[in-house]
Amino acid sequence: MSPSFLPLLLILFALGLAGCDSAADQTTTVEFWAMGQEGEQVRALLPEFERRHPGIRVRVQQIPWSAAHEKLLTAYAGDSMPDMFQLGNTWIPEFVALRAVEPLDERLKPWPEAALADYFPGILATNRLDGRTYALPWYVDTRLFFYRTDLLAAAGFAEPPTAWEDWLRAMAALKNAGDAARYAILLPINEWQLPVVLALQRGASLLRDRNQYGNFREPAFREAFAFYLQLFERGLAPPVSNAQMANLYQEFAKGTFAIYVSGPWNIGEFGRRLPADLQPHWHTASLPAFDGTMGVSLAGGASLALSRTSPRREAAWKLLEFLAEPAQQARFYQLTGDLPARQSAWNDSALAENRYARAFRQQLQAVRATPPIPEWERIANRIAYYAELAVRRELDIDAALAALDRDVDRILEKRRWLLARGVTP
Amino acid sequence: MIGPERHAALSAWAFLAPALLLIAVFFFLPVLAALLLSFTDFDIYALGDLDRLRFVGFANYLQLLQSPLFWTALGNTFYFVVVGGPLSVAVSLGAALLVNSRLTRFPGFFRAAFFLPVVTTLVAVAVVWRYLYHPRYGLLNYGLSLIGIEPIDWLGDPAWAIPAIILMAVWKNFGFNMIIFIAGLQNIPAQLYEAARIDGASPWRQFRHITLPLLGPTFLFVALMTMIGYFQVFAEPYVMTQGGPANRTLSVVLLMYEEGFRWWNMGYASAAAFVLFALILAATVLQLRLRRKQVQDG
Repeated sequence: MSPSFLPLLLILFALGLAGCDSAADQTTTVEFWAMGQEGEQVRALLPEFERRHPGIRVRVQQIPWSAAHEKLLTAYAGDSMPDMFQLGNTWIPEFVALRAVEPLDERLKPWPEAALADYFPGILATNRLDGRTYALPWYVDTRLFFYRTDLLAAAGFAEPPTAWEDWLRAMAALKNAGDAARYAILLPINEWQLPVVLALQRGASLLRDRNQYGNFREPAFREAFAFYLQLFERGLAPPVSNAQMANLYQEFAKGTFAIYVSGPWNIGEFGRRLPADLQPHWHTASLPAFDGTMGVSLAGGASLALSRTSPRREAAWKLLEFLAEPAQQARFYQLTGDLPARQSAWNDSALAENRYARAFRQQLQAVRATPPIPEWERIANRIAYYAELAVRRELDIDAALAALDRDVDRILEKRRWLLARGVTP
Repeated sequence: MIGPERHAALSAWAFLAPALLLIAVFFFLPVLAALLLSFTDFDIYALGDLDRLRFVGFANYLQLLQSPLFWTALGNTFYFVVVGGPLSVAVSLGAALLVNSRLTRFPGFFRAAFFLPVVTTLVAVAVVWRYLYHPRYGLLNYGLSLIGIEPIDWLGDPAWAIPAIILMAVWKNFGFNMIIFIAGLQNIPAQLYEAARIDGASPWRQFRHITLPLLGPTFLFVALMTMIGYFQVFAEPYVMTQGGPANRTLSVVLLMYEEGFRWWNMGYASAAAFVLFALILAATVLQLRLRRKQVQDG
């Protein structure tokens, strides 16, 4: 650190002030942060928006997904939030707790009722907290089966299983039909999603008493967790993490596993990466349910929100409304392959005719949100951690669930304190 | 009237002031703030509204010491320090001796070649090493298969992940210490070796009784800096394993980063930082003491 650093700082500061002066002209520039490929592709939609709103310019800042959450929080702490931003819908409770997002209820009043009803209800619910809407879904995401039709048929199942019992029988048959290196299903052991989905299907509440304590020792969760562990104990699923599966698509093509639980981004990937002769032999299916009714999955996806402190909220809202139009949603699907949040956009021909998207549309009618509290990501992380320990048999099921409850109770301590003081967290 | 001595002192302060000011503002102030933070439960609730901040005394420290994850991270960090530190120093010294040897041709070339990994971006290096370590398609396992060794899942196997990261870290960093050792070696007067040779000392005894003692201060510096570096190991596991498999490569700084910037538990993360600071300080003082004792005894 040299002493000449200080004058340099002063010069930079002066330049910064000068920069502010020149920006004060007639057009409003909306700063919009979007992640990954969405941040890149959304630019193609903007010329139309800027044509319709000559007074508004949009500056898109593209942020990698891996750094997005940290960057948004840091921007909030540093008081440099964008006017509008994309966020994973499980982050919404956190940004609401920060008071970083603007409630949209007033702005949504002029909307016709049909427009909000057009959203998948389970997905829209993740954007609402205590009766207020804080963001609008941009695209949706859920998890279901990608499976090998040929292997399942060879094992004696013409249709994908719809109940847990059939599912278990189908997996056992798949395992028996192949050699020792064959598994029925791939479930990366470092993920929390499947144990949670199974628990939700079984009717588990995950947390109890206004989301103040962990509820992982309740029978419903324990049974679902035991079912999950059994898949590894019986050798139906290999005990590997994501990083260890060298090339997922190659292994799927080779038949190392016949079922994979994944999201819509893999429709495109499977189409591109699986060899041509395998293309007729894979399909998607909604998840089986405990009792054979509709099996629920997770309500995932990304939403768009306005920053509460932005002075350009009016202009940003116009952009948000524009991106929410069914026509723009359909175009965005064509650009990215992201599934539209509005059902009318699905009637766009490309999506209506996609055979792999059908199961997603069905599954999206039966999605459940994870508990809407800021601590959820941490809790999910602990679930993945203890699930991995239990799969590796370093803890037995009861010890794992007791430890999980203990950790989660500690994570929720602040929430209990806030609720006890009568403050909305 | 200001005397000449006071005058000199004043101008010294005046010249020092800008640097001191910057150090105070950008170093001491943040450290002090972090210390205060470590006695609070600063989290995203407090970030949104300071009314939701609590002073919790030593609760963060107590919770840290009761957390199995912290002890896992501490154990891993000690593994890095105890295995990686000496290995790093030994490899650097070996390379320095080789490059500095009279028998080596083109020492300048080797010096530059060995230094190259130091100036390469860590992330790029880590990505390449991940390919080398790939369990099925990696070069390392291919080499091992030629001599009949079963493939090892370097970064996925809990037993191998830390050794794999240490190997990469040693390769990445030995060049820097090597340069310092070479400088130290070149400061040893040649006539000492001449005299030893005339007395009939073997190369090993020359190394043991001339090189090592005269490299003492260099050795201390290198050992301290390497030790501190391994205590603070972060980027290597962050890029290569994210702390996995099953937290086997989670270091204290990585834990601190996760708590602080992923979960935004600033109070807890600050407490972890100060515990690590205390440990590094203690280890440094211990090394200095040992060195002093060695000099007195020697």
